Amino acid sequence: MAPELGNFALILGLCMSLVLSTFPLIGSINNTPGWVALARPAAWGQFFFVAISFAVLVNAFLVDDFSVLYVAQNGNTQLPLIYKVSAVWGAHEGSLLLWALILSGWTIAVSLFSRTLPPEVVARVLAVMGMVSIGFLSFLLFTSNPFDRVFPVPLEGGDLNPLLQDFGLAVHPPMLYMGYVGLSVAFSFALAALIGGKLDAAWARWSRPWTLIAWVFLTIGITLGSWWAYYELGWGGWWFWDPVENASFMPWLAATALIHSLAVTEKRGAFKRWTVLLALLAFSLSLLGTFLVRSGVLTSVHSFAADPARGLFILVFLCIVIGGSLSVYAWRAPDVTSGGKFDLFCRETLLLANNLLLVVITAFILLGTLAPLIYDAMGWGKISVGFPWFTTMFVIFTPFLIIIMGMGPLARWKKQDPGDLARQLRGALLLSIAAGVLFALPILHEGNIWAGLAVMLAVWLLSSVVLSLRQRWRYRKGIAGILKDFGSRGSNSYYGMIIAHLGVAVFAIGVTFVTQFDVEQDIRMSPGQTVALAGHTFRFDGARAIEGPNYRADQGTIRVFNSAGEEVAVLNPEKRTYLVQTRPMTEAGINPGFMRDIYVSLGETLGSGDWSLRLYYKPVVRWIWFGGILIAIGGLLAASDRRYRMDTVRAAAPVARTAAKQFAAESRT
Amino acid sequence: MTPKRKKRIILILLMIAGIAVAAGFALKAFNENLMFFYTPSAVAADEAPFNHPIRVGGLVTTGSVQRQADGLTVHFDITDNAETITIQYTGILPDLFREGQGIVALGELGKNRMFVASEVLAKHDENYMPPEVADALKKTHEAGVAGSAAKTD
Repeated sequence: MAPELGNFALILGLCMSLVLSTFPLIGSINNTPGWVALARPAAWGQFFFVAISFAVLVNAFLVDDFSVLYVAQNGNTQLPLIYKVSAVWGAHEGSLLLWALILSGWTIAVSLFSRTLPPEVVARVLAVMGMVSIGFLSFLLFTSNPFDRVFPVPLEGGDLNPLLQDFGLAVHPPMLYMGYVGLSVAFSFALAALIGGKLDAAWARWSRPWTLIAWVFLTIGITLGSWWAYYELGWGGWWFWDPVENASFMPWLAATALIHSLAVTEKRGAFKRWTVLLALLAFSLSLLGTFLVRSGVLTSVHSFAADPARGLFILVFLCIVIGGSLSVYAWRAPDVTSGGKFDLFCRETLLLANNLLLVVITAFILLGTLAPLIYDAMGWGKISVGFPWFTTMFVIFTPFLIIIMGMGPLARWKKQDPGDLARQLRGALLLSIAAGVLFALPILHEGNIWAGLAVMLAVWLLSSVVLSLRQRWRYRKGIAGILKDFGSRGSNSYYGMIIAHLGVAVFAIGVTFVTQFDVEQDIRMSPGQTVALAGHTFRFDGARAIEGPNYRADQGTIRVFNSAGEEVAVLNPEKRTYLVQTRPMTEAGINPGFMRDIYVSLGETLGSGDWSLRLYYKPVVRWIWFGGILIAIGGLLAASDRRYRMDTVRAAAPVARTAAKQFAAESRT
Repeated sequence: MTPKRKKRIILILLMIAGIAVAAGFALKAFNENLMFFYTPSAVAADEAPFNHPIRVGGLVTTGSVQRQADGLTVHFDITDNAETITIQYTGILPDLFREGQGIVALGELGKNRMFVASEVLAKHDENYMPPEVADALKKTHEAGVAGSAAKTD
């Protein structure tokens, strides 16, 4: 009975989204307040029913209701509680339901935090989100219903893929979806503003915190995914340029461009059309990501069974969303007034240059991701685009990105004398080149040109951050003055940017150093045998059979000694066989460290106690995720800026306003 | 044209030129990094280039996996049910590698027709069949039905 209830709730949710997407929009155009007022209740109704439906599915997993096909395929009585819950989004249908739930959740969030917006704007934003919701809910109901029954009822479920039985992967999809779906808010704001014909600083200020939060979730989701791949797949990789990784990276790049472009639109009123286009692009890429992942058209770790009906549905949906939004753009964009004028060289142009670079990188990743599809469709043969190409392409563009990133925060809006900026940055340039040379030539260590480049770029970013802080603090009186600066209007935005940029520097060092200096060896070892690797001695002490809660495993013991002969780590990599889905799995033994990881995987048993092993020494690999975390923290801080919490009706007034007005606005909220 | 305007146009052109050059490099690298897929039949018919990175795929022939004396080098055959090729790989095979399983290998074809793989892919799902392999098997099957090709096994 309960599953039918879930199904019924899903249908009611679809009805609500139909109401949400039509009446408020029409009402906002022909001025019918009664219809406009429908937006919030409809959004709440939609959330209510989708949430019920989701709760029913979670419950079905908790009580092991194997009469539901989806539960029978992905659940199991032996699963630990947390994985029974995460099994809900372990496969196609459930993850889409989660998607729909998150979308209706974002819709509610917009309806809650938009009290100060004009009702017709809210109505339009919610209506656009409702339209997206229609797409997803009907996709669920018509092609991938998670509540389909199975008869006869199996006694035991098919179990969750053991790879997914992991905390990192329990939280990775929800985070990523929060990001993907969160971009629908920026998308809806952009479309609503286009429909209403009011693309102004207020619109940009409104979109900014939403876009930032979605972008933060996306950042966390990607970082978690990379970390998970590193420790769970067992082979030490942290990024594969896999189509699905690309599918999450492309919206991230577009959203990165968007948050910077929004900054220009808010502060200077410029780049309006470009910003709108980026908002449309970012969400379209999120949808494309879903298409790539869920339709199974591309071979990937993540893709589930290919189903042409689903693929076709998403393709049509994608065309409607992209085609529809671009038509609205084409129809309304000519009316958009051009914004603040700016000189040839200033902060605006630097941001524009980086926007272009980000879009170019996105376009190339798109090319590399879709090329196999295009070649196949055209009958040019079956190809794959090698991992090295993506890396090469990325390395061609990112240095420019980082060089401009260092200049941007120091440059003035509107007009900047290039000579002036050059004088400011002269010291930073010399310092970064010196640091780069130090690492590129065999001075400290064996020289490495790429390490030199990375160090140069990181030092460049770091020193430009220091210069920018000095500029900001110059007129503050001592520590107290600086402390007072924290928490003032616009300061969280600024410090958020600083932290995120530092995160990029940390990330660049991590990526380059681990790629250039990691040491890897596949080796056959007998118990008691030792091998030297990267200044350490690894001793294999044999493997023994152990029993886990729902798996059996061979567990090896490897002791690692440093050059002084002291033991630094005891690693226990495992080769597991899960009892239900009898696939083997490699569980790596990792000794983490801030400056290096030691990483060992068990290969296969070769008889008489011998095993093949893979040993790794990975310098500063953790900096990759540490950088990702810094970027996310920066984004969160920026989103929490006080000016976003102010009375936004007032924001429609000219950007410059007096302190008195500002005080009045604050005291009212 | 005012000098200021001229300067602006020159700078914009420079920017476009810069991106175009970079894009050119990226596209050139793109062409060099395309890895084409060949079935064992295509390799047998000399369609695949020698000493150039390519991908091959098929089912691992039962009983063909031979471990060499060093314990890490493995030889095995893959087939599309029409032709077979022998693959040499040194290192640790993926968890889901087993006889009868569909796999894809990345590497280069030697003059002696031994395919030296740098990477062997067996996907995470045991029911999963690489689409290229599924396609190759289907083709062989159709050819077999038409009676135009003899099966080797």
